[in-house]
Amino acid sequence: MSVTYIDAIREAQETLLREDPRVFLYGQDISKFGGAFKATKGLAEAFPGRVLDSPISEDAMIGMAVGAAIEGMRPIIEMQFADFSSIAFNQIVNQAATHFYRTGVPVPLTVRLPSGGTPGSGPFHSQSMEAIYAHYPGLVVVTPATVADAYHMLIESVRLDDPVIYCEHKFLYRWLKAPRINGDSLPIGKARITRPGKHATVVAYSAMVHEAVRAAERLKDEGGWEIEVVDLRSVKPLDIDTVLASIARTGRLLALGEAFPWGGVTAEVVARVCAEGFHLLDAPPRRLNSRDTPVPYHPKLWAAHRPTPESICLALRELLSF
Amino acid sequence: MPEIEEAQRTRLDLDRDYVRDMFRAMLKARLLESKLSSLYKAGKIVGGVYLGKGQEAVSAALGASLIQGRDIFAALIRDQAGRTAFGEPLIDCTRTYLGSVLGPMKGRDGNIHRGRPREGMPAMISHLGAEVSVVGGMLMARRLKGEMEGVVGATCVGDGATSTGAFHEGVNMAAVERLPLVVIVGNNQFAYSTPNDRQFACADLLDRAKGYGVGGHSVDGTDLLACADVIGRAVRLAREGGGPQMVVARLLRLSGHGEHDDGSYVPGTLRESHLGRDCLENGIIQMIEQGFATVDEIERWKNRFTEEVQAAVAQAQQEPTPDPWDEDWRACSTELGGGI
Repeated sequence: MSVTYIDAIREAQETLLREDPRVFLYGQDISKFGGAFKATKGLAEAFPGRVLDSPISEDAMIGMAVGAAIEGMRPIIEMQFADFSSIAFNQIVNQAATHFYRTGVPVPLTVRLPSGGTPGSGPFHSQSMEAIYAHYPGLVVVTPATVADAYHMLIESVRLDDPVIYCEHKFLYRWLKAPRINGDSLPIGKARITRPGKHATVVAYSAMVHEAVRAAERLKDEGGWEIEVVDLRSVKPLDIDTVLASIARTGRLLALGEAFPWGGVTAEVVARVCAEGFHLLDAPPRRLNSRDTPVPYHPKLWAAHRPTPESICLALRELLSF
Repeated sequence: MPEIEEAQRTRLDLDRDYVRDMFRAMLKARLLESKLSSLYKAGKIVGGVYLGKGQEAVSAALGASLIQGRDIFAALIRDQAGRTAFGEPLIDCTRTYLGSVLGPMKGRDGNIHRGRPREGMPAMISHLGAEVSVVGGMLMARRLKGEMEGVVGATCVGDGATSTGAFHEGVNMAAVERLPLVVIVGNNQFAYSTPNDRQFACADLLDRAKGYGVGGHSVDGTDLLACADVIGRAVRLAREGGGPQMVVARLLRLSGHGEHDDGSYVPGTLRESHLGRDCLENGIIQMIEQGFATVDEIERWKNRFTEEVQAAVAQAQQEPTPDPWDEDWRACSTELGGGI
């Protein structure tokens, strides 16, 4: 028996519903149907009246969650795809994110964003929105890359008193498996060294952590390079201390992300490393993101749009040869 | 849900205390707002000042129909009268306008963007229509906690907000969930400067109630007793399990959009029409003629409220304004990993 990434998300929600009467789930097709990705399968039956289908009204879904959170509930909102959260943008960044600062009343709500690309999904079912939300004060933005993190970080997200944007990667849903959900759990705000190394640091998050590890393995086989991979886990807060400590060991940085190239998490990482750890760098820091076009539909285009082990290896070779 | 016709004056059977509460809130709000306008013109208020002049009857009827401590009231830009009727203390208003750090918003937000969310008064954001679903969520929470019996959640919007997606989504969601939500649409003919005919094409905004499957009510917003009757009934229907109710009130804003705006785009003919009737001046006549209050009582209230307004302004003016060095500059309630 193994547990997939989406099983972990489902199990976390089951645990939360079982242990905390304040938790309820709201989203499109999530009740009896169990959700577009089956992240809520069986939960409506197990917890009657607490797993509710919403109309196709992303704005109202988040407005509803803010209201419920004011009243002491802990709503989990499933956006069917992260892309559709653009409709809820106003309620997320203006209502939820400003609420504690303006009123002193925190709004504990969690928005699950099925994020990132999968082959054939095209421009409107593939987006990575983490940088957009991380830009706004008042939001916590998490990007779990492992089965255990998918579970533990969802539990912690819901327990936090602040609004959390939980970016779950669709590519990992069924592909990523673990023998079990193990108990080790870093708190939100702490990055993890996924793979230790000494010649260069790749800072990645979400599905790109796995692509970085693949690239690191190739370079190990190819030339004995030892690439360190840091998994940010949460992009806001961003654990720059762990990143700087890694660069102190390696002297080289590649910031890797699947999102669009202008600005974003990789730019933030490079900017902070330059500002706070310039003296640690032996080479100009590099960034690798998707291409600057909408996410294409065709699998051949899609595979060339996002960073791949090949393009990561290429960037790393240039970084290592500086 | 049958549409409810406008109140017939002769058939009114209104609770005396309710009408008097409502009228007092209208009067107090007018006196307060007139003071705010003076303060603004004297340069004592930073940022905008937004008045509810001409809309007090609608707002106060809603506020007076709600029960503080049980119900939810998401007030909007022109709801000073409703806030007062619901029980918001005057000092919350003056502190927020004058930037007192002791106010509910501590200088972090100003003017009409104020509230006490945990006391059933969410603090509006500027994006119109956005509070409808927030009130819906507060009601959903009450239902999930088994505490919705006899509760009403209410909010006000203007004609302009009915064009937003947020309004549509919020009302539709409340209808699907059959929540005890009352939405008052104060159709004051202009969204800032944009007239109704550039805002919507339906014959009457009331038609939308049918489309959403919610109760629809229409009222003359310049008529205190009609507002008391129709809005009171809409709240009662929601409270008794009748599902969401929409009230469309016909009126005219008797000020600019804000005090920076002279409202010169409002044609004189409209100001002089029935819509331009001042609900407070007309309300005084109604109160006296229908025996709800005497001339002397109204005079006494006016004097007392003038003193209360002066006191609330004086107190807020004496209080400290926020100090950036004392501000904690934290947008999240939890400290995570010590940074952003």
